[in-house]
Amino acid sequence: MSAKPLLTPNLQLTADGRLRHLLTLDGLPARILTQILDTAESFISVGEREVKKVPLLRGKAVFNLFFENSTRTRTTFEIAAKRLSADVINLNIATSATSKGETLLDTVANLSAMQADMFVVRHASSGAPHLIARHVAPHISVVNAGDGRCAHPTQGLLDMFTIRHYKGGFHNLRVAIVGDVLHSRVARSQIHALTTLGCPEVRVVAPSTLLPRDVASMGVHVHHKMETGLKDCDVIIMLRLQNERMQGALLPSAGEYYKYWGLTQEKLKLAKPDAIVMHPGPMNRGVEIDSGVADGKHSVILPQVTFGIAVRMAVMSMVAGN
Amino acid sequence: MKIHIRNGRVIDPASGFDAVQDIYIAAGRIVAMGAMESEMHAAAVGGITSLACPPDTDPPLDEPGLVEMLKFRAKNSPGPRVYPIGALTWKLQGERLTEMAELNEAGCVAFSQADAPIIDTLVLLRAMEYAYSFGFPIWLRPQDYHLARDGVVHDGIVSARYGLPSIPVPAETVALQTILLLVRETGARVHLCRLSSRAAVEMVRKAKEDGLPVTCDVGIHHVHLSEMDTTDFNANCHLIPPLRSQRDRDALRQALRDGVIDAICSDHAPVDDDAKERPFQESDPGATGVELLLPLTLKWAAETGLTLSQALDRVTRRPAAILGVESGVVAVGGPADLCLFDPGEPWTVSSRTLASLGKNSPLPGHGSPGPGALHHHRRSRRLPGWALSGETVPVRIPGVSPARSIPWWPRISDASAIPGAGCPGHCAVVRKAQASRRVPEHGFPLS
Repeated sequence: MSAKPLLTPNLQLTADGRLRHLLTLDGLPARILTQILDTAESFISVGEREVKKVPLLRGKAVFNLFFENSTRTRTTFEIAAKRLSADVINLNIATSATSKGETLLDTVANLSAMQADMFVVRHASSGAPHLIARHVAPHISVVNAGDGRCAHPTQGLLDMFTIRHYKGGFHNLRVAIVGDVLHSRVARSQIHALTTLGCPEVRVVAPSTLLPRDVASMGVHVHHKMETGLKDCDVIIMLRLQNERMQGALLPSAGEYYKYWGLTQEKLKLAKPDAIVMHPGPMNRGVEIDSGVADGKHSVILPQVTFGIAVRMAVMSMVAGN
Repeated sequence: MKIHIRNGRVIDPASGFDAVQDIYIAAGRIVAMGAMESEMHAAAVGGITSLACPPDTDPPLDEPGLVEMLKFRAKNSPGPRVYPIGALTWKLQGERLTEMAELNEAGCVAFSQADAPIIDTLVLLRAMEYAYSFGFPIWLRPQDYHLARDGVVHDGIVSARYGLPSIPVPAETVALQTILLLVRETGARVHLCRLSSRAAVEMVRKAKEDGLPVTCDVGIHHVHLSEMDTTDFNANCHLIPPLRSQRDRDALRQALRDGVIDAICSDHAPVDDDAKERPFQESDPGATGVELLLPLTLKWAAETGLTLSQALDRVTRRPAAILGVESGVVAVGGPADLCLFDPGEPWTVSSRTLASLGKNSPLPGHGSPGPGALHHHRRSRRLPGWALSGETVPVRIPGVSPARSIPWWPRISDASAIPGAGCPGHCAVVRKAQASRRVPEHGFPLS
């Protein structure tokens, strides 16, 4: 093991400041975030064309390394890579090599030997994509598709894309992120992106059991009640509450959670009349969000998914050097 | 082997002696000269002449036979002196008491659970009562099992940002409060291992003011690092207890300075590279420490403005007092148990300069902070190691009478970690030392 200097340069950027890997939105400059959103804008139209392909990644091999199950994210990454004309290899590693005792870095070294150009990584442990990025050959890029509770940068970016699409920018917005922030990599990426892009007020709304103790150090306002948390908001982002958290020491029951922190038509009225409602999916209707709200006129949940493909195309083409 | 050191600066924190002096060791040996094969060697290279071995060996030190075996092995290797700490409960399971008296007769100087929990508080109470009957000290690292469950980092800024499972400060303070209340109840002598938080330090300060028979130590890494060093998912900073906030670290440093924290320990827990080259939360906790104890103690001293003698006190005289072993002195006719180092010699921590089998350190690249600070003299091939021992140390030191010599080595102990809880014992600090084997057969080289 080589000695690691105390101050490592930003792993995600090249020496001349271009995006090399996308691991987290924490510490990425606004310039890069905006560039990704602008690039994604140009890819939106690709999906509407007769031939939904551009040749930016032709001849490149993109490996989807999913150490944790996912349908939606993996599929959108796959579509994005294919629209860029890349060769896509899907590996569901949760059921293969590592269960035979192979270490993460050995798995990656083996796949690198198969002439990979890009790894799209999802892993249950925070920091796994960072570890991979530190060990891959110089021509290989790593894109984080969700690691532990740490980051889900492409989801955060597509949410920013959605907000910018509907609200025009970030400078006058009040955004509320509601729900299980403690266990949410999506919330962390959203918070970093919003604060970097100049959103003046980001709120987190949840009971204390679902918030990190020092969450305020990330630059957010902490609210425990929907009544204050949603007041005059422009954007409401609901987070998924996983089944295993619904009973036990974090929360007494799904019913009580829905009553106090679920987004209903009634509570939606606290926000601004033109507020948008977002959700990274998959939704638990009747647990964190009322069906009427999820399908209502404020909801932009489905467009989020569509934008997700363009944003992932932008990220992949940028880390590949385009 | 006859060893003659000329113009060394000899420091003895116990007697307060600090002067330039020649030392002549009639029948000495350079402990670290053996092959590089063991952690004992690493300890010797680190200048450590005695160490306390916690009971979480495999199998745990819960039977007198195992203690005998450990002592036998230690005796037959050219390393530091080993003080076994016996298991407090059978197999460290926290349920049944060990035969403490038998273990003590076999050589255990204290009893501990190492990092294994005692979940049943009644067992802890009984263990303290039983140990109190014999006057045995108990070493405990305060940590509530449930509050610390699954955690890998401090519950602070880093855990909030990275979503890493956390260990809140109350995991330490709740357990500490339980221990202190039981000490008050039983009168048992308790040494608290590796405190990590400001709140815990304040509780110990208060307990000491109240006259409770408690002492405590801090791991050397916690004196220098904080949770901010775990950014970048550096698994080498995955330690037990976790590195806490900068405020906590500053409080630990202050308490060490003003004496609330009695000693510094190496918290030596080497982990092989494979177990560190994983995502942070999957990596094994621990870092190599035995070779860094002395340099990092001196670094702390330099940053804090303490003298060498004051700093060395935290790794020599005080740990010896906690262990309850008689501290030796540097005296004419006394035993040689010396540690040689050159405070001006530059040394950088890296896998190449570490002798320990575990190369993982949170501190690679850390160097000398300035004159008078750390650094091994590894460059000097003529003195491959620098823990020295011998049957006699005919040292002539003005003002220190030969009568003070004692028939065994001065100690260095360390609080808690494995093979290496170690503290360099009595230190002879040698600046530009010359080791010579060609010494006149008779008479002492004199100052």
